[in-house]
Amino acid sequence: MIAEIGLAALWLAAALAVLQLVSGAFALKAVDGQVNPLAIYARPAAVTQALLAALAFAMLLWAFATTDLSIKLVATNSHSMKPLVYKLTGTWGNHEGSMLLWVGVLALSGGLLAGFERRLPERTMGATLAVQGFVALGFYAFLLLSSNPFERLPAPAAEGNGLNPLLQDIGLAIHPPTLYAGYVGLSVAFSLAMGALLTREVTPAFARVMRPWVLGAWVLLTLGITAGSYWAYYELGWGGWWFWDPVENASLMPWLAATALLHSVSVLAARDALRTWTIMLGVLAFSMSMLGTFLVRSGVLTSVHAFAVDPERGAFILALLGIYIGGAFAIFALRAGAVAEGKRFAAVSREGALVFNNVMLSGILAIVLLGTLYPLLTEAFDVRVSVGPPYFNPASAIFAIPMLLVMAVGPLLRWKSDNPGRLRMELVIIGALMVGVIVAVSIVGQYPLLPLLGLGLAPALAVAAVLPLKGRKLARVPVATWGMVVAHFGIAVALFGMACEGAFSRERLAAVAPGGTERIGDFAVTLESVTPVAGPNWTAIEARLAVREGGGAPVILTPQARSFWSPQQSTSESALLTRWNGQLYAVIGNQAEDGRWQLRIWWKPFVTFIWYGGILVALGGVLAIAGRVRVDVRRRLASTKGDRRRADVEALGRPAPVPAE
Amino acid sequence: MKAKHQRLVLVVIALLAIVGAGLLAAWGLRNQANYFYLPEQMASEPPAVGQAVRLGGMVQKGSVRTDADGVTVNFRVTGNTADAIPVRYSGILPDLFTEGSGVVAEGSLGPDGVFKATNLLAKHDENYVPKELEGMGTEQAAKMAADTTVGLK
Repeated sequence: MIAEIGLAALWLAAALAVLQLVSGAFALKAVDGQVNPLAIYARPAAVTQALLAALAFAMLLWAFATTDLSIKLVATNSHSMKPLVYKLTGTWGNHEGSMLLWVGVLALSGGLLAGFERRLPERTMGATLAVQGFVALGFYAFLLLSSNPFERLPAPAAEGNGLNPLLQDIGLAIHPPTLYAGYVGLSVAFSLAMGALLTREVTPAFARVMRPWVLGAWVLLTLGITAGSYWAYYELGWGGWWFWDPVENASLMPWLAATALLHSVSVLAARDALRTWTIMLGVLAFSMSMLGTFLVRSGVLTSVHAFAVDPERGAFILALLGIYIGGAFAIFALRAGAVAEGKRFAAVSREGALVFNNVMLSGILAIVLLGTLYPLLTEAFDVRVSVGPPYFNPASAIFAIPMLLVMAVGPLLRWKSDNPGRLRMELVIIGALMVGVIVAVSIVGQYPLLPLLGLGLAPALAVAAVLPLKGRKLARVPVATWGMVVAHFGIAVALFGMACEGAFSRERLAAVAPGGTERIGDFAVTLESVTPVAGPNWTAIEARLAVREGGGAPVILTPQARSFWSPQQSTSESALLTRWNGQLYAVIGNQAEDGRWQLRIWWKPFVTFIWYGGILVALGGVLAIAGRVRVDVRRRLASTKGDRRRADVEALGRPAPVPAE
Repeated sequence: MKAKHQRLVLVVIALLAIVGAGLLAAWGLRNQANYFYLPEQMASEPPAVGQAVRLGGMVQKGSVRTDADGVTVNFRVTGNTADAIPVRYSGILPDLFTEGSGVVAEGSLGPDGVFKATNLLAKHDENYVPKELEGMGTEQAAKMAADTTVGLK
């Protein structure tokens, strides 16, 4: 029964998406100042659709929680012996379930937009909802026609197949949903951009409507990428925090586009400049989201993320991708010329710095995109190539370093036009700090170029991030400005972590007999014993490591080599010892023939700063949203108050006072 | 400068940057991409010493030998012909690394003709096949799949 309710809800939601598309399109036909009678259905359709999609997802969640083995998806991906939390997270640990989550979030954000956004002109709103309905329709079709999550088995299975043990982790509980919400939040930015383009209403008011969506999606993407990076770091047991894996790149590309969009939409809101550029970034950001979904879901990649290889699904998503991205860029090409130019600005100005950073972000995006797609292209010609850090690191740094330098100065510049001489003092401080640190570090030791540059940039950026607060009363600084300061400071913190990890990490690899001790940095690691242990659905070999720092009391670390039995797979569970200034990372390997055990230990100074930085960046985004919403609510209150007062004055029969403007 | 001109300048700058990124990517990809080698390819036209490449094939039966330090492993990788490339790797072996099963080694060829691997990828489960191993021919791939799933099901 549960599966049938879910399936029916999905079909109904798809039908409502059609209604939303048609009714929204009628809004475009409205005569000036009037509402087309057929356009009023778009908003209710979007809201109901959101409820139905949420219902469908809840049904699947329930089926997984109760391990309903008559449903094919549950039987192939779950197991009655799994802990409850992993049964639930298993809902989106597979292709169909994760696509249902994707569509659910898409419908939910469309519903939120339709339910709460009242600032836009009705025509633009109608066009926006029509676009949103069109996007949703394609993904409903994908879900219902080629990956039905509610498919029944002819006869219920006796037991489920279980979930890939690498995915049985609490990281999975948060990582995909946040990332998806971020991906799909960009769909609203996309729909708004297309709506504004269709009605040529690209105005600061439109930018203010778009901004919270972009910010919200960007915050979620930031958190999702940060969580994913930490998950890969401790779960894969390789000690790295970023692998330039195509799937990681698939999440990084929308983030880069969203970062550019977020800055350009602010310019549009504050200064009415960069109109078409903002629209283009809006289209680009969601295109990258869809491309990411295609790369991950089509099976063109092989990794822990690509659940099933099915060429039909790949072709379906590729077709959707072609329709949406191709269509959007076609409309953009036809309409962009009709959007009036925005306000002008000088090269040295806040806008100028933001344009520079936008261009650099797009450059990094191009580098990552080409590096990710290149192996797929060459494979079509039967040449097998894999692209890794030797390409990505230097190529993206060529754009990232100028971008970071301008990021230090940009927030200090004035809007419209500025005189660089005014900032001489600040420029000297930032420059001296950077050069000083680089020189000092190169005297101490030989380090690779990129970590060295990172070490120099990080403190300079940290200081530059707080410089915009100089000479201001801290209590009166707007919340959104604090958001910018915190986010930029977070970039500096993350960069410091990356540079330290790159420059100062130490690694020790040895075969150790029980009782033996290895030294790494200030730590002495003693292998006390190796014992077999068992969990709910795995058995493992567990090493007991006594770690002594300096001469202090020992701390026990227990890295494991786990074997899951359903499905059969082995994973290596690293053990981490976190200090304020870094992490000790230990992995146990195989037993050598002579009875010694392989141990791999890293000391990674300040590696945790990478993720602290990511969290700070996201926090900055949250502050920016909070600040904007507060200003908006106040403005609304003030305007209703004013309206009431004017009505009162009119009721008294006196002539209304002329507004100041 | 008129607004229209400013827009033109911005478009030109953006295009220049994107084209620059494209050229840089093309150059970087040609130089830096890790090329994939089968053992017979590596034997007939070896890559330059120190160039980062990948070597994929089967771990020859009876060739795995661990050094006295307990962490350095030597083995040979074979492909469709009799050519076998010696590989040396220091580190923890992937869980399913066994003789006679598929492996992809990332690293570079040393001056002594031994391939120094910095990373080994082995077949993890029936859902994960290193993409490069598809190039081994259907018969070989089927054999490898059969070999590596022994004891799994």
